[in-house]
Amino acid sequence: MFWNALILALREIRRNVLRSFLTILGIVIGVASVIVMVTIGDGATAQVRQQVASLGSNLLVVTPGKRMGPGQSSGAAQFSEGDAAALRRDIPQLVAVSPMAAKGMSAILGNANWSTQVTGTNTEYFQARNLKIKSGRLFSESELRSGAAVCIIGSTVQSKLFGNQDPVGAQIRLQNISCQVVGLLESKGQSSMGNDQDDLVVIPLRTFQRRISGNQDVSMIQVSVRDGMSTTRVQQDMERLLREQRHLSANDENNFNVMDMKEISSMLTSTTKVLTALLSAVAAVSLLVGGIGIMNIMLVSVTERTREIGIRLAIGAFEREVLTQFLVEAAVLSSFGGLIGIVLALLVSILLASILQVPFILNTSIVVIAFAFSTAVGLVFGYFPARKAARLDPIEALRYE
Amino acid sequence: MTMGKPTSVSSSPLIELKGVFKTYGRGTAAMQALRGVDLRIEAGEFVAVMGPSGSGKSTCMNILGCLDTPSDGSYLFRGVEVGGLGRDQRALLRRSYLGFVFQGFNLLNRTTALENVELPLMYRGEPVRVRHQQAREALAAVGLNGWEDHTPGELSGGQQQRVAIARAIVTRPAVLFADEPTGSLDTVRSREIMEILATLNREHGITVVMVTHEPDMAAYAGRTMHFLDGLVVNGHEGDGKGVS
Repeated sequence: MFWNALILALREIRRNVLRSFLTILGIVIGVASVIVMVTIGDGATAQVRQQVASLGSNLLVVTPGKRMGPGQSSGAAQFSEGDAAALRRDIPQLVAVSPMAAKGMSAILGNANWSTQVTGTNTEYFQARNLKIKSGRLFSESELRSGAAVCIIGSTVQSKLFGNQDPVGAQIRLQNISCQVVGLLESKGQSSMGNDQDDLVVIPLRTFQRRISGNQDVSMIQVSVRDGMSTTRVQQDMERLLREQRHLSANDENNFNVMDMKEISSMLTSTTKVLTALLSAVAAVSLLVGGIGIMNIMLVSVTERTREIGIRLAIGAFEREVLTQFLVEAAVLSSFGGLIGIVLALLVSILLASILQVPFILNTSIVVIAFAFSTAVGLVFGYFPARKAARLDPIEALRYE
Repeated sequence: MTMGKPTSVSSSPLIELKGVFKTYGRGTAAMQALRGVDLRIEAGEFVAVMGPSGSGKSTCMNILGCLDTPSDGSYLFRGVEVGGLGRDQRALLRRSYLGFVFQGFNLLNRTTALENVELPLMYRGEPVRVRHQQAREALAAVGLNGWEDHTPGELSGGQQQRVAIARAIVTRPAVLFADEPTGSLDTVRSREIMEILATLNREHGITVVMVTHEPDMAAYAGRTMHFLDGLVVNGHEGDGKGVS
């Protein structure tokens, strides 16, 4: 009975190719947009994760300010170098502790001028961030202590200022200070949010404090936890220590933040996720509209085929057989829409992924779900017209012109 | 009337109506289409049903064909009460024992003659091979071999009605109900159809109940029932051979 219904449905669809296609267009668009949204959203999320992971897997970031939500904090007192020293002294699980202060400014070499981010920190910064020296060297202990005018530059700064020339040993100007390039970093490429991870100049923290910011503030501390240690545990230890350092009483809230990679990546991906969910919801609405389109056409079809239904009933078709016939027809119609939508979605996703430069990650479960959903839409919206057909009075139906 | 098929062991007739009423509407607007019809049709009979429009003959045919149910009274089919059956039970009865031929042919458009004839077999759940073979045999029985792959649009009225007859007999029903089968055909085609019905009755033992307006066609039947104002007024024997 089911096979017969399937054959009948396919024949009926073939008879009205254009109408069938227009009927399922809503489903096609709905399914395609849901899949495209999810695929691109997943790609973007995966890209963020990947880049966060490339920062260093055991990284913890400490920032001043009360936690308000993912990535948001209120203003609060900055850290000092003493806080970083206390962390290094009292928490043995940390392998690298790098206090940081940063400012956007211009790097100048002769006529070349490039606006970049200048960070003052120590050598442990490179370890915590997984940055490697390509040529030249790191800062020496004495340079760090004395606040010498030396810098290490990223490959973007190198190419903007030096072209293909080796920058090591050259003097560049940062704002009004002149400093010598002692090292060049290996390239890390673009990050998820589109910012260039190679666009940076690193100088000793003391140099930054004395000659650029003019104060002793440390705006961020990055630490790296020894492999195999629980970051949660270390996080708790750090919080306890920093509360002491900042003289917080027992009922004060933390006025700083210790974030691990998971939090950082969820902070970065939360926007993507909200956007994906929102767009998918819009796409789901178009699936609903598509379903109503199918119901509309199935009702027309039932009316057009009243006589046929009458003949079938008179010959001895059961109510449920007529019901099945029309339900199968609606389901086949909408699952065709689902299939076309999937193919369309794959093409569009591959194209979009390459334009937006996000990885193409096909989530097979969303494809299966979208297909199942499109079939379900056919069944749900086909039920009312099918029931109408099945309940026709054969005598009336045979008389219908 | 000869009996082409042995009657059932019981003495009950194939079809028996006892005091059947059919009322449409309610209250003062109620219209009585049938007001106490009694009739018997024995297996193997060829019965013509005549009467003016509104006399209740179509209503009666619908009830006999299990397309409709009586408001009151009793309908015995092979001695079993079927007047109170539900939709699906009546559908089962139709697909198992009854065949229908309509004035307007009522074939499925854009569907070949063979597939039209196969339709009742499909609902019986016969396998494809059996369906093909029995449908071809039925088409051959009405003289349409070679026309299997033509759609109704490609066939003449007479041919379409023959396809409809093939569809009605392909399940080897006990009764064939024909509602003005020649109503939209010219005299020559009408006679062809009547010959086929008479042959099916005579040689295959199929009981035929036929509504007609034309005495010429009624003459093929073994017996004619006249309806008037919702009642059977009389029944007389025809010659069973047709007239010229």
